[in-house]
Amino acid sequence: MKSLVVKVKRFDGSKTWWQEYKVDISSEKISVLDVLIKIKEEQDPTLAVRYSCRMAICGSCGMVINGIPRLACQTLISELGDSKIIVEPMWNHKVIKDLVVDLEPDFEKVKAVKPYIICDTKEIYEKDVEFGQRPEELEKYYNFAYCIQCGLCMAACPVVASHERFLGPMALNAAYRWSADSRDQGWKERAKIIDREEGVWSCHLAYTCSAVCPRGVDPGFSIQLLKAALIRRTKKP
Amino acid sequence: MEILKYDLLIIGSGIAGLRAATAAAWASGGKISIAILSKIQAMRSHSLSAEGGMSAVLYPEKTNDSLELHAYDTVKGSDFLADQDAVQVLVEYAPKEVRYLERIGVPWTREPDGRIAQRPFGGMSIPRTTFAADKTGFFIMSTLFSETRRFDNIHVYHEHFVTKFIIENGEFRGVTAYDLKRGEFKFFYAKAGIIATGGAGRLYRFTTTAHSTTGETLAYALREGIAIKDMEFVQWHPTALVPSGILVSEAARGEGGYLINKDGERFMKKYAPQKMELAPRDIVSRAILTECMEGRGFQHESGMCYVGLDLRHLGEEKINKRIPFIRELAHKYAGIDALSEPIPVRPAVHYTMGGIHTDTWGRVLTADGKWVRGLWAAGEAAAVSVHGANRLGSNSLSECSVWGRLTGEQAAKYVLEQPPLSSPDGKVVEIAKKEEARVFDKLLHKEVNAPMPYEVKRQLNDIMEEHFGPFRHGSAMAEGLAKLKKLRDISSYRVVDSSKVYNQNLKDALEVDGMINLALVIGVGAYARTESRGAHYRLDYPKRDDVNWLRHTVAYLYGGEIKLTYTPVTITKWQPEERKY
Repeated sequence: MKSLVVKVKRFDGSKTWWQEYKVDISSEKISVLDVLIKIKEEQDPTLAVRYSCRMAICGSCGMVINGIPRLACQTLISELGDSKIIVEPMWNHKVIKDLVVDLEPDFEKVKAVKPYIICDTKEIYEKDVEFGQRPEELEKYYNFAYCIQCGLCMAACPVVASHERFLGPMALNAAYRWSADSRDQGWKERAKIIDREEGVWSCHLAYTCSAVCPRGVDPGFSIQLLKAALIRRTKKP
Repeated sequence: MEILKYDLLIIGSGIAGLRAATAAAWASGGKISIAILSKIQAMRSHSLSAEGGMSAVLYPEKTNDSLELHAYDTVKGSDFLADQDAVQVLVEYAPKEVRYLERIGVPWTREPDGRIAQRPFGGMSIPRTTFAADKTGFFIMSTLFSETRRFDNIHVYHEHFVTKFIIENGEFRGVTAYDLKRGEFKFFYAKAGIIATGGAGRLYRFTTTAHSTTGETLAYALREGIAIKDMEFVQWHPTALVPSGILVSEAARGEGGYLINKDGERFMKKYAPQKMELAPRDIVSRAILTECMEGRGFQHESGMCYVGLDLRHLGEEKINKRIPFIRELAHKYAGIDALSEPIPVRPAVHYTMGGIHTDTWGRVLTADGKWVRGLWAAGEAAAVSVHGANRLGSNSLSECSVWGRLTGEQAAKYVLEQPPLSSPDGKVVEIAKKEEARVFDKLLHKEVNAPMPYEVKRQLNDIMEEHFGPFRHGSAMAEGLAKLKKLRDISSYRVVDSSKVYNQNLKDALEVDGMINLALVIGVGAYARTESRGAHYRLDYPKRDDVNWLRHTVAYLYGGEIKLTYTPVTITKWQPEERKY
């Protein structure tokens, strides 16, 4: 049996405070999310944590753990190498309660870049055919399609921190993913949306977004690919 | 209490719900207003944990596959409890849906010539499982969610927990929901609804399903006179990671993985000599548990018995290309590298074959077979029924997409035929207000002597694991039923959190409150069914009994008690035969 001290930054709508919990665990091979659920169910049901799949694919449980934005379900106690755990809500987001932040502004930014195949929509809905795609065409955007919209890149981005209108890594990565898809014809439309100060040009290449991405998406790189396509005026990024 | 008016409400945001939304948006020419209500953030539904793939006959001329063969495999897999007319709809529409998903941008894994690749899966006689590496569910989910953004008439309500369906005079009128983020109670008044809330894996402790897969909406439906069909058929997926229960996709075996016991023996040769590891899930799960009971399993430090899923002979390239997520999950959560060690696995609850009683087109029915006008159900929440007593792997993504589309199209048509929505009458507003009082005044009121929802859920999980597992027995189930009835007598919960904004404690209590009733439906149905069929296996009745039990269980609520009635299975082509693999 090992004893952990978990320090959680809390917020109840009006005040913020730090609260400490002592938790006994029998194995270190459990995640920070497991520990938070244990606190919730056994000590303090008022603690608010967003979670669902517990296997690092749904994107619910982004938070800052010991100073680094990460998914709680993907962070094992054994990896932290410390019996003191400090948990706070994701930076750069409005806190709703405790560890739960408002991600809807992020989702709206993604929506703004038109994250879907742009072509004659009738072709999609009324023709029962395959558009087709060769493996090398798939490779062009595949890694960027792994985004789970957890918001960690937005939490880690130093530009997002001070520039509210900046589209940010999550939305810009989506702009690249969809434009680079061989089935898509929307680059011209999306280029107008991102070729602005609030678009790609505010990115200062800190690459913290790529450093914290739990799915290895590398939004920092997709933003540079977008910039290159804009500067070279290519037909497709 | 805010009142919102919509033409169509979709409750649930997994593949079925999202597909229903895009189908309805297109079919109505953008003319109807659609709301998607999700109890979590809409892009995070449990469909995204599906790994292996989606079944469809895509290139019959190249592969010698046929719709008939897909239908037969599905019917045989179901242990002949599937309705064969519904299965026909599944196999006919599945290829269309794979192509639709292709056109909206799903990154299907491809053959060198650009065709969509397919892999073998359990119980399928030909490779027909279409996939996007081993994150198929994730890619379909994220692409479909993105696709909803195309339509201005689709409004997404994240983190709106539905507490009640409002049905008056046999007609759907709307739902009430608790908006967690704003801490408000809302009445969504509507012409039509589609229930697409998924399964109920969390009734059990050891499960592959997400924490949110709790199934309370099925119990809420039961309260309003809707029937639940075939709920006793619960699927155990053979290979869940020990000790967490995280899914290790059937794709691992589809790509050639072996199952071995502690003597290093490929034990499936004793249970399914032809299909081996690719027998249907009910058979493989029982085989693993039998190995364990007979002392040939490995022992985990947590006390769990497990077997090895051996991928070593597949080689690094194939593993990294086709099943990279499995390697990642095994490394992260079991601390092993699949290249050099077998993965520790055992069966875990994965899927509920049963669900809301519907007809072939997804229309929601009462126990006497009447359509609740304006209401449909799709996906795992519904029992159409195409899976019967046991679902074949990769048929669920097809089912969700097919019936999402079909119900969405029907609902759009229905809505356009109705007069415009006026204001709700006093009676339904009164019902909604009463519900608000129940949730915010009664449940939020601190009952100091009542049990915590978490304690009740723990007991519920214990009962289900102990009394309604993969090997069932009449006397054990009778004991389990008595325990469940005691739990049901709990009329209030101790909700410690008294705030309205993001009160998860209250949400958890609402979930558990529904889960107990749904567990009872499973228990009552399983106890009554004195045979073994598909996933429902009874030690005291080990044989299938087509004379008495080739029929669907239909459960409904009457005077507060769960009653059962039965409906016939639709057989069009295939008479029941012995099920051997």
